[in-house]
Amino acid sequence: MSEIEFLNWVRGQGFQIAIIIFIAGVIIRFAEILLLGRKTNLAEAKGSEMSGGLRTIVTRSVPDKSTLKRSTFTVVAGYIFHIGLFVTIFFFAPHILMFKDVIGFSWPSIPTPIVDALAVISIITLLAILVHRMRDNVLKFLTTTEDYLVWLLTILPLITGYIAFHRIGMTAPTLLAIHILSVELLLVAFPFTKLMHAFTLVMARWYNGAISGYRGVES
Amino acid sequence: MSASLEKGINALKEQVDSTVAAFFSSCTHCGMCAEACLFCTETGDAARTPINKAEPLRRIWRAEYTLLGRVGKMFGLTAKVDDALLTEWETLVYDSCTLCGRCSMVCPVGNDIALLIRKTREGMAAAGHAPEGLIGATKRAVTIGSPMGVKLPALMAQINHVENDTGMKIPIDVEGAEYMLLLSSMEIMNFPEFIEATAKIFDKAGVSWTISSEAFEATNSGIQIGVADIAAELVQRIVDAAEKLKVKTVISPECGHAYMAIRWEGPNLVGKPFSFKVRHILEVLDEFRKDGRLKITGKEEQRLTYHDPCQISRRGGVIDQPRNLINMFSDNFVEMPDTGKMNWCCGAGGGVSSNERADEIRLKVFQRKKDQLDEINPDAIISACSNCRIHLEDGLEEYHMDIPLMSLTETLAEHLAD
Repeated sequence: MSEIEFLNWVRGQGFQIAIIIFIAGVIIRFAEILLLGRKTNLAEAKGSEMSGGLRTIVTRSVPDKSTLKRSTFTVVAGYIFHIGLFVTIFFFAPHILMFKDVIGFSWPSIPTPIVDALAVISIITLLAILVHRMRDNVLKFLTTTEDYLVWLLTILPLITGYIAFHRIGMTAPTLLAIHILSVELLLVAFPFTKLMHAFTLVMARWYNGAISGYRGVES
Repeated sequence: MSASLEKGINALKEQVDSTVAAFFSSCTHCGMCAEACLFCTETGDAARTPINKAEPLRRIWRAEYTLLGRVGKMFGLTAKVDDALLTEWETLVYDSCTLCGRCSMVCPVGNDIALLIRKTREGMAAAGHAPEGLIGATKRAVTIGSPMGVKLPALMAQINHVENDTGMKIPIDVEGAEYMLLLSSMEIMNFPEFIEATAKIFDKAGVSWTISSEAFEATNSGIQIGVADIAAELVQRIVDAAEKLKVKTVISPECGHAYMAIRWEGPNLVGKPFSFKVRHILEVLDEFRKDGRLKITGKEEQRLTYHDPCQISRRGGVIDQPRNLINMFSDNFVEMPDTGKMNWCCGAGGGVSSNERADEIRLKVFQRKKDQLDEINPDAIISACSNCRIHLEDGLEEYHMDIPLMSLTETLAEHLAD
C-alpha cells in the first residue's frame, strides 16, 4: 500500500467504519442505561427534579472552595486538557473544513498559533496527569489498564496532529494518515470505555441534581 | 455458588436502574471522591475511596447490564462477585462509610456515590455479609420494636418522670391529634429531656400532638443494614399507627437517618404515598417560628456552632431551619468551615455506631471534625441528631476537647418565654 492509498483508506473506508462503530456504540450504551428505567419517587416532593437536575448539569462544572483546595491539581489539570481538547478538535481551521465536508456547515476558527499553543499545553498537561496518576496513592489504587489505554488514545491524536501540522520526520500524507488513524482508534474505543463520560455525565449530573432537588437541596 | 451468595447477587441485580448505570458509566477514576470522604482523608487508605466501596454493585452492573460486560462474561473476562470479594468489602461498605453523601456533592461527573454504596449494602446484607452489631440491632428492631431493645414500659416510665417533673400531661394515643411524634431509642434512654422540651414547646405553641404506643420508634435499622423488606416493615408500623390515630403530620425527632427513612425512603419502601405529611422536628419548629407561635426570652451569650447531621441537611434538605431557630436565641452563632450541605460527617452515622467493630475507626476519623472545630473554637456545639450527639461527645472526650453538646430543640425550650 502506497502512502496515498493508506491516506485514502483512513479517510474513506476506515473513517466510515470508525464513525459507524462510534455512533452505533453510543446508541447502544444510551439504550443500555435508559432502558433500565427508574422508579417514580412516591415521597412528597420538596423541590423540582427537573430544575434540580438541570442546575446540577451546569453547577457541577465548578467545584466548591474546599474541594478545589483539596483536589487542586486534578481540577486545574482537568480543566486545561478538556478545554485544550475542545478547542483543538472544534476550532482548528483544517478541522472545521473537515466538519464542513461531513456535516455541511462550518463556524469561525481560532487563530492557528493559539490552537497550536493549546495543543502543546494539553500534551504537557496530559503527561503531568499520567505522572500524577502513577504516583498518587489513591489514583494508583483506582487505576486500571483501561485508564492507561484511554490516556494513550486521548494523547495520541494531539501528538500525531501536532507532528502532522509541523511535518516532522515523515512526508505529509503519511503523517496525516497516522493522525486520522489515531482519531479513529479514539472513536472506536469511545463507546466502550470511560470516554463515554463525555456524554453520560449529563445523565449522571441530572440524576444527582434531581435526587437532591426533590429533597430541596442544591447539589 | 452458595445459596446466600446467589441471594446477594440477585439483590444487587435488583438495585441496578438507570441511575446506577449512568453513574458507573461516567466514573473516570479521578479520585476526587477520596478527598471528600473523612474515612479517606483521615486514614490515607486508598481502598476506602468512596467509589471503590461500590465495587460489588459495579461488577454486577458491568457483567449483567452492559454489552461488553456480557460478552466478556462468556469468555470469563468480566470480573465476578464472589464470597471472597464480599468478605473483603464488608468493612469498606459498613465500617468505613456513614452514607453521609459528601462524595456525591463533589464528584465532578455527578455520581451519587452514597446511593451506590447504600444499594451495595442490599446485596451485602442478603449475602450474609453485614456486621454483627447491625444484625443484632435489626433483629431487635423487628422483634422488640427498637434497635436498642426499648419497650413501651421503658418509654412510659420516662414519660411518667417527665409528667411528674413538669406537671404536664404527655398525650398518648390521642386520636385526631395534629402531630404524631416519633422518638429514637437513644432519646428515650439517654435524652428524655427531648420529650420534655417538645412537650413544653407544643404546649406553648398550642397545637395538639400525641405519641403512639404502637409505633413510637423513629429509627430504621433496615435502612442502615440494607434490607428493604425489613425497612418497609418498620415504616409500615408507623404508617398504620398514623392512619389509626388519623394524625395530619408525623414528626421525625432529632435523629438523622430516621428522617431519611420515614421522609424520603418511607413511601417508596411501602410502595404508596403517605396519607399524612412527614416533617422533621426542626421543620415543625421553624413553622411555629414563622407563625409567631414561639416566644423566646434571653440569649445564649456563648459562641455557638451547629453541626449539620448529614441525613437532615445534605441528604434531607433541612438546612436553613436550624439556623433560623438558633438565631432566635443566639447573637453569637458561628459557622464551621464547610458547613450546611458540605458539612463533614461526625463519623458514626449510617449504622457505624451500631457496629462495635468500627469503634476504633470512627474515633480516628473524628480528627476531621476536630480540625473543623479547631478553626472556630466554639463554646458549645448544637446539633439535631442524638446519634451525632453521642458520637461527638465520644470524640471530644477522646481528643481531650471540652466543648459541651446541646440539642437544638432542648435549647430552644429553655428559652421559651412564660
